[in-house]
Parts: sequence; C-alpha cells; structure tokens
Amino acid sequence: MRTARWLVPASLAVALLMFFRAPYLINAAPEESTMGAVQKIFYFHVPSAIVAMLSAIVSGIASAMYLRGRRPMADHVALAAAELVVLFGAVVLATGPLWARKAWGLWWVWEARLVITLIMWMLFVAYLLLRRFGGPGSDVLSSAVSLVGAVLVPFVYWSVNMWRTMHPTTSVVPSLQPEMMKPFLWSLAAFLAFYLALLLTRVRLEKSRAALEQAFLALED
Amino acid sequence: MTTTTRWATRIRGIVTSTIALAMGNVALAQQPQDRFQPLSQQAQEGISASPLLLAAYGFAWAAVFIYVFLLWRRLGKVEHELADVNAQLAKRARR
Repeated sequence: MRTARWLVPASLAVALLMFFRAPYLINAAPEESTMGAVQKIFYFHVPSAIVAMLSAIVSGIASAMYLRGRRPMADHVALAAAELVVLFGAVVLATGPLWARKAWGLWWVWEARLVITLIMWMLFVAYLLLRRFGGPGSDVLSSAVSLVGAVLVPFVYWSVNMWRTMHPTTSVVPSLQPEMMKPFLWSLAAFLAFYLALLLTRVRLEKSRAALEQAFLALED
Repeated sequence: MTTTTRWATRIRGIVTSTIALAMGNVALAQQPQDRFQPLSQQAQEGISASPLLLAAYGFAWAAVFIYVFLLWRRLGKVEHELADVNAQLAKRARR
C-alpha cells in the first residue's frame, strides 16, 4: 500500500496540472477544415472514450478473477472500475451528441458505434444498480454483467470499421497532424493519470468499507 | 334491425372510415411544394459551434468535479466511522 499512498496524490497532481494546461494547447490547435471549432470536442471526447473502454476491460478482468478465486480485492477493483466506466462513459455520451449536432445536424443516430457504446454504458449502470440494490449474491451476478460489458469493448472499437457509420473511423487518430496530435496526446495522458488516481482512491474506499463491516461484526461479538 | 342489416351497417362504416383515412393520407402526400429553398451558407452556419463546445467542456468538468467531491466525501465518512469503531474495539480490548 506504500506505493498507492504516493501514487494517488502524484497522479492526481500530474492530472490536474495537465488539465489546466490542456485548454491552452487545445485552443492553439488548428480548426478542422469541414467541422470547424466544434471538432475541438474531440480532445476530451476521445480520451474519455479510451479511458471508459480501458476501465471496462479492467472491470471485466477483475470480475473474471473474482468469479474464479473469490478474492475480495478483485471485487473491489471490478466495482471501482465499473463506476469509472459510468463516469467517463457519461462524458462520452454527453459530449458526442453536442459534437454531432453541429457536424451531422443531429443529436443522435441509431448507428453501430453509438448504440454499442450506449449498451456497454447501460450494462455498467446495471452493474452498479445490482451492487446497490441486489442484496446477497449480487457480487457474482454483477461480475457476470461486467464480463459481458468488457466483451463489448472490441465491438465498440471496431464497429466503425466493421459497419458503415457516420462516426469517424479508427484511422483518424493515427493520421492526426502533429499540431493536432500534441494536444490530443497531452489530453489523453492527463485523462489516464486522472483515471489511475480515481481508480486507486475508489479501491481504497471499498477496502475501507470492507474493513468497517469486519470491525462492526467484531464489535457485535 | 335484422342481423344482416346490422352487419351491412358495420361493414359500410368500416369501408367509409377506411376510404376517409386513405383520402386524408393522399391529401397530405399530395400537398404541393410551393417553392424550392436553396440550402444557403447562412442556414448551414445557423448552429454556432461555441455554445456546443462550451457545453461539452462544462459537462465534462462538472461531471468529474462532482464525482471527485462525492468520492472524497464518501471516503472521509467511511474512514471516520472506521476510526471510531476501531477506537471502540481498542477500548474494549483494554478492559
């Protein structure tokens, strides 16, 4: 736990410093030729999506480990990561339509990328609802839900290449011009550092809760 | 009124309402377009990018800050309770 103690404030400090610098870099980045200024939503829409997908994979792997070994730590990580999928997924699902309204003239289109992302996000919302209201045994059922959510991640990523959609394809990011790539990578690094800080803090909360339950049981005996 | 007359009335009613509905649809479908309006540059630029960009930034920042605040509050509460219960356990052990 000694590592986690310095890692949380360190990653939080790095993330906050980077977040405060990011708007200047994004402002300095050139406007995209067809979409104009609204394309700058990209600099936090895509990092949020990457972090949400990463978190879904973390939650899925931790859930699989919990289902196999029933180790409480795996369950804590799965729950913490699932909550962060909902947070960053909400950012993706809110910023996407704002971008689409200007770029496509529509808030929402029922196409593959958007629908699979929405389903994945709703699965993790269901996970949290199960944990909150499911009662005894909900940890196992919710782990299965989290696994299904994690399985959807490759479909979310490759949906734009597999089906014809209005959403930009995965080739956009590797082909970014250097003046657009720099703020994007900066923003992505900030989001990843922030995610690490949040994940470790959320896991700490779950560990404290488990310790509190044990302490209450010991007090009752 | 005989059964045959009743059925004839019902069928006539159904046929009449179906024709009326169909004619209404035809009337709607055949409404002529009285002018063509070109998609002007002004119409395309009708939606300004700035409010959408600001709304997106605002939402992202608000969501993250609210989450951090709630997480910090939950953690503080649980750790405070844990310290209290541990203190009670320690007091009991000393007795």
